[in-house]
Amino acid sequence: MSDTPVLQVKGLTKHFPAPGKKTVHAVDNVSFSIEKGKTLGLVGESGCGKSTCARTVIRVYDPTAGQILLDGEDISGLSQKELLPYRKKMQMIFQDPYASLNARMTVHDIVAEPLRAHKVCKTKREESEMVNDMLAKVGLNREHANRYAHEFSGGQRQRVGIARALILKPELVICDEPISALDVSIQAQVVNMLRGFQQELGLTYLFIAHDLSMVRYVSDEVGVMYLGTLVEKCEADEIYRHPLHPYTKGLLSSIPIPNPRLAQAKEKSGLEGDLPSPINPPSGCRFHTRCPYATEKCRTVEPPLVDAGNGHMVACHAVNG
Amino acid sequence: MDQKEHILEVRDLQTSFLTSTGEVKAVRGISFDIGKGESVGIVGESGSGKSVTSLSVMQLLAGTGRITGGSVKLNGEELIGKSKKEMRAIRGKQVAMIFQDPMTSLNPLLTVGDQVGEMLWAHDKNITKEDKKKRVIELFNLVRIPEPEKRYNCYPHEFSGGMRQRVMIAMALACKPDLLIADEPTTALDVSIQDQILKLMRSIQQEMGMSIMFITHDLGVVAELCSRVLVMYGGLVMEEASIFDVFENPCHPYTMGLIASIPDINQDKNKLLQPIPGSPPDMVNPPKGCPFAPRCPYACRICLEELPPVMEVAEGHKSRCWLLDKDAPAKDNPFKQRKEATT
Repeated sequence: MSDTPVLQVKGLTKHFPAPGKKTVHAVDNVSFSIEKGKTLGLVGESGCGKSTCARTVIRVYDPTAGQILLDGEDISGLSQKELLPYRKKMQMIFQDPYASLNARMTVHDIVAEPLRAHKVCKTKREESEMVNDMLAKVGLNREHANRYAHEFSGGQRQRVGIARALILKPELVICDEPISALDVSIQAQVVNMLRGFQQELGLTYLFIAHDLSMVRYVSDEVGVMYLGTLVEKCEADEIYRHPLHPYTKGLLSSIPIPNPRLAQAKEKSGLEGDLPSPINPPSGCRFHTRCPYATEKCRTVEPPLVDAGNGHMVACHAVNG
Repeated sequence: MDQKEHILEVRDLQTSFLTSTGEVKAVRGISFDIGKGESVGIVGESGSGKSVTSLSVMQLLAGTGRITGGSVKLNGEELIGKSKKEMRAIRGKQVAMIFQDPMTSLNPLLTVGDQVGEMLWAHDKNITKEDKKKRVIELFNLVRIPEPEKRYNCYPHEFSGGMRQRVMIAMALACKPDLLIADEPTTALDVSIQDQILKLMRSIQQEMGMSIMFITHDLGVVAELCSRVLVMYGGLVMEEASIFDVFENPCHPYTMGLIASIPDINQDKNKLLQPIPGSPPDMVNPPKGCPFAPRCPYACRICLEELPPVMEVAEGHKSRCWLLDKDAPAKDNPFKQRKEATT
């Protein structure tokens, strides 16, 4: 097995045009890589660019700048036609199991569609076998195959979405908030299933979520995004035990603790204010408008993402001096 | 507790919806009280009946929804059977509600100042324009909206999600209600904004001394805000206890399952999460016995056949579970084992 990471993203930037010749800086100069069989969790508030980042990686959007390397091959400049063989290697699981399944297709057709698009099966029988196998793996049975999405609960629909993403045996799976639309008792079922598949098939995950405790649980590494930039990235436990960036600290202290004695006793710092607009992101460090430690330097100079020791990457003047 | 201290008394409330597939019994006979200045959390999954409970209290059931039995008393006054006009006078003044989605609960064509002002006008038609504006700005200050004079003339789309929820809270507080019903007010918000809103609700409650009925699916949020919790499942209250008992001495397998399925921030990553198997019951044909029995790891024969009665575990701690019955087997019984361990 080569040591090339399954996914390398270098200086990824995605801007969208906004009315009045303005630009939305959705993702700015984000770099990370994920080794085979590992999970990188991306967290941040809504509007921080985590979903745009994922969609650009999978080339739903064309990147404005930067490189996306899948198994060491740059796919950032390929046309949609040239991308087809690479699409087989990367699949996506979506947030909303209600909107991401076609209401007019049976579950069998939904799960078989990737096989058809990539002309994997030679006969109908082979296709049915593969679909039924896959459905069995996600805990659905043969009778479910001929039903329509509306006949299923949210958790079952998300299983269909997982079956569709995994049937091509991809290397990289991008999970864009796969559990946030599900009930608490169902979330754990889906997370356990995703972890099981990772161990069994050696999958690599880019896991996007805003539930920080769930991200810590599923990820090997965690990246924290703020207004389009990556502000901190390190090993998952490290980020929760020793957060360095003031934004990460604030975000972590905002999580409600499911323990009443701790929750009602602690004085929480939390985060003040709202996310600024990505149309005119603040100069210097983008977090300086909400940061309690902001100095003059933070207002003018953008801090680079540098190693603060043991691979703990952080972009903050106060930490890096 | 003294009878007079209860703001809200709900007894055997039953609410149904008529659908093409049959009658959906969303709430199947629930009883609870909310004391003065108390904040009570109602926790449950989607379809457990928690939102329908709040809409029944407000008499705001939509479409085919109707209350088929029971009683709802607010400040000792029966609400069921009140006319629309009578309810309009009660809503806002005695009980107000904030909703999950601050994006769709505000009118995009009116300024936020006008929308909050409308609430004041609805309950006092003689209010002058100047008084109205003054009161709205006071309310904006109360909910910590920065630069309230400037914000008065803004439209909802100019506000972020958190700010819109603050406007909703200002509107709900306009007439100083005795009871505030909050239906998942932070679910659509980011954790950082959720934290701000929870802090705000806590401080406003202390300032104004109102009661809060807080509906959520997130046990973490309940732990932050509430002193008592009702755990709902299948249209019934499965467990009712103080916030500490729910987490430290849960006496229903469903509550235990809910707690086990949320990852703790200190969770051992090599351990699998313990999900509750299966999915919630179909409320057109609710199970004959305990609604949780098909998913319960401890279910016995009686659980499938007969609905367990409400049993009192300790003072103020009730649970609907056959395992708590005095004749329940001690073998594989988590509650009896726990009792033995403590004595």
